[in-house]
Amino acid sequence: MIITEVNVREVAALANLTLTDEEIPRMAADLSGILTHMDKLNELNTDGVEPMSQVIFENEETATLRPDVERPSLSNADAVANAAISGGGFFKVPKVIER
Amino acid sequence: MSSTLLETPSTEVMAKYEAVIGLEVHVQLATRTKIFCGCATGFGAAPNTNVCPVCLGLPGALPVLNRQAVELAIRAGLALNCAVRPKSIFSRKNYFYPDLPKGYQISQYDKPVAEHGFVDIVLDSGVKRIGVTRAHMEDDAGKSMHDGHRDSDRYTYVDLNRSGTPLIEIVSEPDMRSSDEAYAYLTEIKQAMQFTEVSTCDMEKGHLRCDANVSVRLWGAPQFGTKVEVKNVNSFRFLKMAVDFEIQRQIGVIEAGGRVQQETRLFNSDTLETVSMRSKEMAHDYRYFPEPDLVPLEISDTWLNRVKSEMPELPTLRRKRFETEFGLNEYDSGVLTQTREIADYYERAVKASTDPKGAANWVMGDLAAMLKAEAKEIHESPLTPENLGELVTLIGKGDLSGKLAKDIFPKMFATGDSAQVIMDREGLRQISDTGALEKIIDEVLAANPKQVEQYKSGKTTVIGFLVGAVMKASRGQAAPGAVNDLLKAKLL
Repeated sequence: MIITEVNVREVAALANLTLTDEEIPRMAADLSGILTHMDKLNELNTDGVEPMSQVIFENEETATLRPDVERPSLSNADAVANAAISGGGFFKVPKVIER
Repeated sequence: MSSTLLETPSTEVMAKYEAVIGLEVHVQLATRTKIFCGCATGFGAAPNTNVCPVCLGLPGALPVLNRQAVELAIRAGLALNCAVRPKSIFSRKNYFYPDLPKGYQISQYDKPVAEHGFVDIVLDSGVKRIGVTRAHMEDDAGKSMHDGHRDSDRYTYVDLNRSGTPLIEIVSEPDMRSSDEAYAYLTEIKQAMQFTEVSTCDMEKGHLRCDANVSVRLWGAPQFGTKVEVKNVNSFRFLKMAVDFEIQRQIGVIEAGGRVQQETRLFNSDTLETVSMRSKEMAHDYRYFPEPDLVPLEISDTWLNRVKSEMPELPTLRRKRFETEFGLNEYDSGVLTQTREIADYYERAVKASTDPKGAANWVMGDLAAMLKAEAKEIHESPLTPENLGELVTLIGKGDLSGKLAKDIFPKMFATGDSAQVIMDREGLRQISDTGALEKIIDEVLAANPKQVEQYKSGKTTVIGFLVGAVMKASRGQAAPGAVNDLLKAKLL
């Protein structure tokens, strides 16, 4: 599968990445290479094989669920400790326009 | 085009078009803790205090699904007549916004927990079935505050307490054709979710939120028109207004020779209009992919059957039962099943009384008026359903006249005391004993010779005045029927 420079710019925008003009053709080549490899894998006949997006293990349903029981939260100070800007217990971010 | 002010289309023009409406309803599941972590879901906590590495989206934190959230989602699916999938998958929906710390919402995409359902809505024209495409589980985002702080011109404040709150999104088929139908559908969803205790549906707390997809087409057109998504419709009244506004706007655009743009619009509850949200150059591309941190959700037959067997009674069924079991008419059973609380209150009152119809009248009449005057919800009523039932029974037995009951009722409401207690305390009792009544009647007749004369000379309508006088003299305790009979006998 061939990824064009236009595709790269779109994906970069969706992922909030800023790429330089030099990086774009390189990314296009890299991504094309990866997806071409995927095309190769797609040649395998996987009829009757269940997709495995997650590592599934055979177990009772309860093994992957938790009870609805409260557990201690972080303190507010800890919660916002890593924030670039905070105040009044809130995270503060540069003004965003309501979407 | 969309921002151009257009004339409101005339009724004749409007009649050429048919509206097509579908709703996406978000319902907060009534769990104690969040969907993927053990933080509390409470409302009104200090900002960023119900948060942990999972709901803050800190690197390396792993989600673990809340069993009760699944249980409630199954219940919701059953209430919406959906098929519950034995295996459903969580997916990541990717987008960037400051109140979404992970950079993606965990939702369900191609394999939602419930699908292919319906709800029946009641319209003046009869019952209409609205398809429910799907109901899927997802986590809520945090809250952004754009105004109200000293430096709000420069900063947006973010509170992540709500981040990770369990939701189900219920997506309808585009089966509705008017704002009234949309209103009825949302009502039905709300009632079903409340009766089955899936959610409190408290709209002020954002437990029930709604987006509307609206398009219009000429009657008989084979295809749907271009749809517009209207967001931020968070009250029943606003839903009706937003849909009506949008239908008119779209018809106006088409009639002016334009084309409806596919876009997302926000309902502004101040101007009561929908406004275009500046759409990004690129259409939303959420790049859904399966959530690798969560295994597929498997719901066994045993689990499903247990939830089925424990399902609380649905409002539609309860309405029917009120009609057959208690002999209520359709209107009354509708009013008494508006909320689970009203229905429960009424049913307890019926159990404590001998007269279901009488109990219905008191709940819908005096009690409702009193609650409204005091701005109270029915579950906050100081007057218990048992006491109301007893009041109805006392009236039925003839121990209380309707008049006396009306006098006692506010006292019951104010004090929480039973009718019997108040009657004993105030020495009130219906007098139906003939001897005692005759004594009062004789006194009244002696005090009103003029009216007696009028009656005897043929002006029989003055009997009303005399009955009133007797009632007054007895402090409302005389049985009106007996008074009427005795008076007539004495005046012969």
